[in-house]
Amino acid sequence: MSVLWPAVRFTVNGEVREVHAPPMKRLLDVLREELKLTGAKEGCGEGECGSCSVRMNGELVNSCLIPVLQAEGAEIQTVEGLAANGKLHPIQEAFLQCGGAQCGICTPGMLMATAQLLAANPHPNLAEIREGLAGNLCRCTGFIRIFESVVVAATRDSASATDEGAHDAR
Amino acid sequence: MSTHATTRVVGAPVPRKEGVDKLLGRACYVDDLQREGMWYGATVRSNIPRGIIRSIAFDRKVDWNEFVVVTAADVPGENHIHLIIADQPCLADGKVNHREEPIVLIAHPDRNKAREAVSAVKIEYDPLPPIFTIEESERQDQVVWGADNLLKSFLLEKGDVDSAWAHAAHIVEGEYRTGAQEHLYIENNGMIAEYSAEKGVTVWGSLQCPYYVFKSLRSVFDLPEDKVRVIQTETGGAFGGKEDYPSNLACHAALLAMKSGHPVKMVYDRMEDLAATTKRHPARVRHRTALDSDGKLLAIDIDLATNGGAYATLSSTVLSRATLHSTGPYSCPNVRVRSRAWATNMVPFGAFRGFGAPQTIFAMERHMDEIAAAIGLDPVELRRRNFLHDGDTTATEQVMREPVILDRLMDRALEESDYYAKRQRFAAENRVSAVKRGMGVAAFYHGSGFTGSGEVVLNSLAGVDVTPDGRVRVLVSNTEFGQGTNTILTQVAAEALGIDYARVEMAPPDTGQVPNSGPTVASRTSMVVGRLVERASVQLVSLLRAQAGLGASYTTEEFFAACECYRQAKGEVLSTCRYEAPPGIKWDDQKYHGEAYPAFAWAVYVAQVAVDTVTYSAEVEEFWAVQEVGRVLHPVLAAGQIEGGIAQGVGYALYEKVVWQDGSMANNQMTNYIMPTAEDVPPIHVFFEEIPFRHGAFGAKGIGELPHDGPAPAILNAIRDATGVAFNSIPLLPEDLFAGLAASQPIEEPITL
Repeated sequence: MSVLWPAVRFTVNGEVREVHAPPMKRLLDVLREELKLTGAKEGCGEGECGSCSVRMNGELVNSCLIPVLQAEGAEIQTVEGLAANGKLHPIQEAFLQCGGAQCGICTPGMLMATAQLLAANPHPNLAEIREGLAGNLCRCTGFIRIFESVVVAATRDSASATDEGAHDAR
Repeated sequence: MSTHATTRVVGAPVPRKEGVDKLLGRACYVDDLQREGMWYGATVRSNIPRGIIRSIAFDRKVDWNEFVVVTAADVPGENHIHLIIADQPCLADGKVNHREEPIVLIAHPDRNKAREAVSAVKIEYDPLPPIFTIEESERQDQVVWGADNLLKSFLLEKGDVDSAWAHAAHIVEGEYRTGAQEHLYIENNGMIAEYSAEKGVTVWGSLQCPYYVFKSLRSVFDLPEDKVRVIQTETGGAFGGKEDYPSNLACHAALLAMKSGHPVKMVYDRMEDLAATTKRHPARVRHRTALDSDGKLLAIDIDLATNGGAYATLSSTVLSRATLHSTGPYSCPNVRVRSRAWATNMVPFGAFRGFGAPQTIFAMERHMDEIAAAIGLDPVELRRRNFLHDGDTTATEQVMREPVILDRLMDRALEESDYYAKRQRFAAENRVSAVKRGMGVAAFYHGSGFTGSGEVVLNSLAGVDVTPDGRVRVLVSNTEFGQGTNTILTQVAAEALGIDYARVEMAPPDTGQVPNSGPTVASRTSMVVGRLVERASVQLVSLLRAQAGLGASYTTEEFFAACECYRQAKGEVLSTCRYEAPPGIKWDDQKYHGEAYPAFAWAVYVAQVAVDTVTYSAEVEEFWAVQEVGRVLHPVLAAGQIEGGIAQGVGYALYEKVVWQDGSMANNQMTNYIMPTAEDVPPIHVFFEEIPFRHGAFGAKGIGELPHDGPAPAILNAIRDATGVAFNSIPLLPEDLFAGLAASQPIEEPITL
C-alpha cells in the first residue's frame, strides 16, 4: 500500500475502510491483499465463475471485475460479514446441514449469491434459485445440495441468526 | 466385524469436519497464505509443440538484477518428475516436446512484475514436425517418444475369441470416441516453497498426494527424506487434476526458492492452468462383438487406443483401468482387449476421476444399444441377458465372490424413472413434436482401490494417536479436497473407538507428521484407508483394555482417562496398521489375469433427454442414479459425490470441448470452455442399495469415481432413443447433433401457414 495513491473510502461489513491503491486495482485484490479479507477467491479472473462474488450497494458483483475506484463510498459485504454474534448465519447453517459446501472454494461466492437472492426474493422457487445462482460455478456438488441449502435457508431466514441450534462461528 | 448392523456415527449425517471454516471463508487455500519475505514465481513456456531450443535471450528492457532466473542447469538432482517413468523433465533441457512445456522460471518480489517479465524472455527454436492424433502416432512416421511412440500396451485374453465368430448368430461392430476433458477445479494449481540448507525443501500447496510430491522433490533436489516436507493446504477441488501436476509445480517453486533465498509462491491464473496442466485422455475404442441367437454374448473383441500426450505421466495406469472396465458388467466366455497408449506432442494427459473407465464404459454401453438395435432386442433386455451374477467371471477371470445385484439395480432404476411408460409416451409424442424425447440406460461397475497388486505394492500405513489435551488424531496422508476424507475417516475412528465424533480430528496433512497411507486417488480412501483407520482404532481399544484398565463399556471421558493412564505408564498413545490384502487375491500383471480389484461398486443410471430439432440443443431433463457402493458411511456426502460426478459427466457428454491448437488448449478460459451451471444440471435422483463389503471400513467400497462413468453413455443412448440416430463421439455439441441429424435424413421443409 502506498500513500502516493489516492484514498478510496468504502464500508466493508459495516466498518469504514480507507485504502490507498492504484485506482484500477481490482476490488478483489484490495480486499484480499490490503484488507486481508481472503474469503473471496479468484477462480477465473474474468467474471465467469463467481467465486469472488461480494455484495456492493445491494447488488451481487464479481469483485475481480470492479476497479477499486468504483467502490468509492460503497457499502460492501463479504463472506466474513455474514456470521454475527459468534454464530453462523442461517444461510451458512443451511449449507453446513445440507452438504452445500464440498471443497469450499466456491462457497464464499455462493453464500453471497444466496444472500443476494434471498434479500430480493425471500422464498424463491427452484427456477428462481437456479437463475439466482447461475453466475456461480461449483464443480463439486452438481448444485443439487446447494439448491436444497437455499430452500432450507429460506425457511429459516426469518429465524434469527442467534438461533440456539446454530453452530459456533468462533 | 466391520459390518455392524447398528452404528452411531457411521451412517449419520454428521457435520463436515472442516465445514464451519469453509462457510466462514477462513479456510486457508494456498493463495490465502503469505510467508515473510515471499517472492512470486512465473513460468516461461514453449510456444511450439516440438523442437530444439536454439537460444534463450533476456530482453534488456527489463532489469534482470531484480529477478531470479532458473533453468534446467540449476536443477541440483535429477531433472525428472518422479512418477512411473522418469521421462518428463522438470524443466526442458535443449528440446521441447509440447507447447506450454516449462523452460525458464523467474521470480520477483512483485507478483505483477514476475508475470509481466515472462514475455521478455525470448526463446528461439529449430522446429521439428509435431504429431497430435492417435492415428499420426500409430503411423510412426514421426517417432516422438521411445522407439515407437508406444507409451504402454496391454493384451487381455479370455477363452478363444477367434473361434467364436464362425458360429455367431450376430456380429456387431462399432467405433466410439471420447474427447479430452478439463477438471475445472475452481481453485487453480498453486504452491509455496521454502528452502534452507538446514531444513531442506518445504512446500505448501493445493494437492492430492503429499508423498508423490515428496518423491519428486527428493529426486529433483537430491535430498534425504528428512530434508523434504510437503504440506497440503485446503484444496479447492482436484478430481485427479492435482494427483500428478503438483509435483511439477512444487519442484518449480522450490527451485526458485533455493536460488532466491526467499519463500516463493506460484499460483497459476486460469489461462495458464487450463493451457499447461493435464486433462482426461482422449480415446478411440473399436468393438467387434459376437452374439448367439438369444442375444447372449459369445465374444468381445476390443481395440483401445488413448492419446497420452508428450510424456508418460500416468498413461500406463489410466490405460490399465480403461482396459479393465472396457467389457462392462457382463459375462462373456471369450474376450480380447488390445490396448495401447500413444505418445503425441500434446500437453501431457493425466489422472481424472474415473481414470480411463469413463472412456471405455462410454464405448461399451453405447455399443450395447447399437447391438440391441442391430439384433432387434430391447436395450434393457440385452443387458439383463448378459449381466454378471454371483460366481461368474469377469474378463480377467476374476470370480464374483461378493453379491452382484445388477438386476435389482436395473429394476429400481426402471421403476424410479418410469422408464418403459416414458419411452412409450415419448415415442408417440416425438412423431408430432420438434422436441424429441428419449430414455437411455447405462449399466457399469467401478473397481475400488488400486488395480491388481497395487495396494500390496503401496503397503499403506495409517493410524490414530491421542494428544495429551484429549483429542484423537487420524494419522493418514490422505487429503480432503471436497470429497469428504476428513469427515469419513474421523467418523470411522469415532465409531471404532466408541467415542464422540467431536473429539476426533485429522492430523495435519504434512509429511513431517503423518505416515504414507498412499495417494488420495482410485476411490480407495473410504474402503482401503478407512479400513486401516478402523483396524488401528480397534487395536487401540484392545491395547487400552489390556494395559490401561479400559472397561467393557465406557464413556468418551473414560476413554481419554484410560489414554492418560497409558501415557503415564508407557508414553505415546499411538496405534498404526499396515495394509493387508483380503485373502485369495491373485493377480498376474503380465497376463492381466486374476483379481483385478478387491471390490466393485455397481450402478445403473437412466437419463431422460430432450433434443430440440430446431435449435439442435440436447438437454438432460432428469436423471436417475441407482448404485451399490457397499455401506454408505455418510448419506449427505455420498449423495453429494454422486450428484457432483453426474454433473461432471453431463458436461463430459454435452458441453465440455477442449479446442486444440498445436497440441495445447486454445479455449483456455471459463468463457469458452463450458461446464454445466446451476441452470443446466437436471434434477438428479440418487438411490443406494447397501451391501456391506467385509474388507472395507464398516462395509464401505469406493464411491468417488463411479458417478462419472455412467452419464455420458446413458445420455447418448437417450439421444439415440429420441432421434433414432447413433452418436458415437463425445462431447456432442449442437453442431455435432446438427451434422448427425442432417446426414441421417433430408431436412424437412418448414411448415408454411
